[in-house]
Amino acid sequence: MNRINELFAKKGDKRILSIYFTAGYPTLDSTLDIAEALEKAGVDFLEIGFPYSDPVADGPVIQHSSEAALRHGMTLHILFEQLKALRKRVSIPVLLMGYVNPVLQYGVENFCKSCTAVGVDGVIVPDLPMYEFEEHYRPIFEANGLSNIFLVTPQTSEARIRKIDDLSTGFIYLLSSSATTGKNLAVSEDTTTYFSRIRGMGLKNPVVIGFGISNQETFIQATDYADGAIVGSAFVRLLGEADYMEKIPRFVRQLRD
Amino acid sequence: MSKYQVNDNGYYGNFGGAYIPEMLYPNVDELQRSYLPIIQSESFRQEFDQLLRDYVGRPSPLYRAGRLSDRYGTNIFLKREDLNHTGAHKINNTIGQILLAERLGKKRIIAETGAGQHGVATATVCALKGLQCVVYMGAIDIERQAPNVARMKMMGAEVIAATSGSKTLKDATNEALRDWINNPLDTHYIIGSVVGPHPYPDMVARFQSVISAETRKQLLEKTGRETPDYAVACVGGGSNAAGMFYHFLDEPSVRLVAVEAAGKGVHSGESAATTVLGREGVLHGSRSILMQTEDGQVIEPYSISAGLDYPGIGPQHAWLHKSGRATYAAITDEEAMQAGLLLTRLEGIIPAIESAHALAQLEKMTFGKDESVVVCLSGRGDKDLDNYMKYFGF
Ligand SMILES: Cc1ncc(COP(=O)(O)O)c(C=O)c1O
Repeated sequence: MNRINELFAKKGDKRILSIYFTAGYPTLDSTLDIAEALEKAGVDFLEIGFPYSDPVADGPVIQHSSEAALRHGMTLHILFEQLKALRKRVSIPVLLMGYVNPVLQYGVENFCKSCTAVGVDGVIVPDLPMYEFEEHYRPIFEANGLSNIFLVTPQTSEARIRKIDDLSTGFIYLLSSSATTGKNLAVSEDTTTYFSRIRGMGLKNPVVIGFGISNQETFIQATDYADGAIVGSAFVRLLGEADYMEKIPRFVRQLRD
Repeated sequence: MSKYQVNDNGYYGNFGGAYIPEMLYPNVDELQRSYLPIIQSESFRQEFDQLLRDYVGRPSPLYRAGRLSDRYGTNIFLKREDLNHTGAHKINNTIGQILLAERLGKKRIIAETGAGQHGVATATVCALKGLQCVVYMGAIDIERQAPNVARMKMMGAEVIAATSGSKTLKDATNEALRDWINNPLDTHYIIGSVVGPHPYPDMVARFQSVISAETRKQLLEKTGRETPDYAVACVGGGSNAAGMFYHFLDEPSVRLVAVEAAGKGVHSGESAATTVLGREGVLHGSRSILMQTEDGQVIEPYSISAGLDYPGIGPQHAWLHKSGRATYAAITDEEAMQAGLLLTRLEGIIPAIESAHALAQLEKMTFGKDESVVVCLSGRGDKDLDNYMKYFGF
């Protein structure tokens, strides 16, 4: 049982909070300092983005952080070098999130091995399709005890959600709407119907809602229907401000209470 | 089934596929299921053929370029895609895709464009069908290609500047994909070349295959043979070449020559010669050959022709390259510009700078006097006059 499974097994009625940030932003070496500060502030698990030149699923805020990280020289090799100290400083579950091409160039097997070696628990690669994963990569992920997280949108069919539930080993990443990152969630009857429909499916995996969760209101709305929620762009925006390290505890506190 | 065509899983050899985020799955899945039944239906075929004939002006002539033939001591035939409505081969694809979009009940069309040729061809068919049109174009290209921006706007399209990344074609494509993610229900994305997730490469190649279908008939009339010894075409994403090669892929006697842009020299650091400089990777939804860093970051290409500076090539081209079925050559800015001037002076035809890359390759080949060579003249040079004027100091 890896750290992700353990977190959800023990959560009780806690609302799980995850934060996304881009490795190498705002500075090349800020990755672990931010991770540690987030754990101290009470975040339950982390998604560390590795930057890509063409992030088609991302809105302007994360695009900007990715461009900056690449300018600072961030690469997967450097990130894994930095993450060698991860488990000395951070004990909550950590996932890496990014696009498939850097992973292919690093080598999928090498990538999975490096993840396991530094204590990364799971991976989210939005443009690695389920078909490819099943066909080629699933055994490599399993051999390394690594969870691969799939996305579900309001347009994903029930049959496909069932299949995703079968293939998933950590949680299911429910998109609040079909959108790129950084759009604010507007809770409407449609979204609550959609969230309820998913909750009613009796999936074996926990469900975490992401994209558009930016403040306490949207965090609570999402976690009324799901096991947890993920905040990305709103936090990355904070990292662009002066004295961002000092602001992290308050940012996290304001989401929860 | 030809081993050079797409297989049931959407692959050409190990290239292709549909590397898309889940948000695009419903749209891409719908296209995968419906594109063949729709485009093979009788009503589609009739409307497509009729529009190509009466609106685009097809068949485009196959012209034996006499003085050019004398120069190379052989028989050079130009497939005159430059004479199509809107001035390039791009409209063959946009006519096909707008008819498909209509049959899928889509109300809103998006497209990416580099030089603006595909944007104009898309705005044109949207005006023709009364559909809303949004074209993404790199902020830098908007400045470089003002006349095409004006044409799109005149036809009622909204032109949105892509301001991310390098602000050119690759980034315009990213923006179009983001738009599609955010508008999953009513929008069809008309991709401008044989790139993108399956089924786009195959679908666009089928619409462009009219180029080689006509060529076969026209060659038979002119030479008594349906096949040429060589078929030559330039490659940006690869749609005019895919159309030119389509009906010759399984004719081993036809040597296929694809011409990429070498920019200021293949190894100058300013080039778009993807097959030389690239490695296998994934961009814009398919696995192909891609110019990238060791870390998998996409490298911005360079060419004097805006239509050829794309960092990848379509997956079918990656396969034709890897399997050795087609030869990939690279032509510099200088060679292309000289070939453009040469055609103008010998034949009275000003070619698009993209097409001039294909013409320049003739200088590097040797031919028998009874052989026949077909060159795809993919577009006319009107859009490039500024560039020609500056380059030659006219
Ligand atoms: C005249 C012309 N030829 C060729 C191209 C390159 O595209 P493709 O390789 O898809 O034919 C373009 C693209 O804008 C073009 O305008």
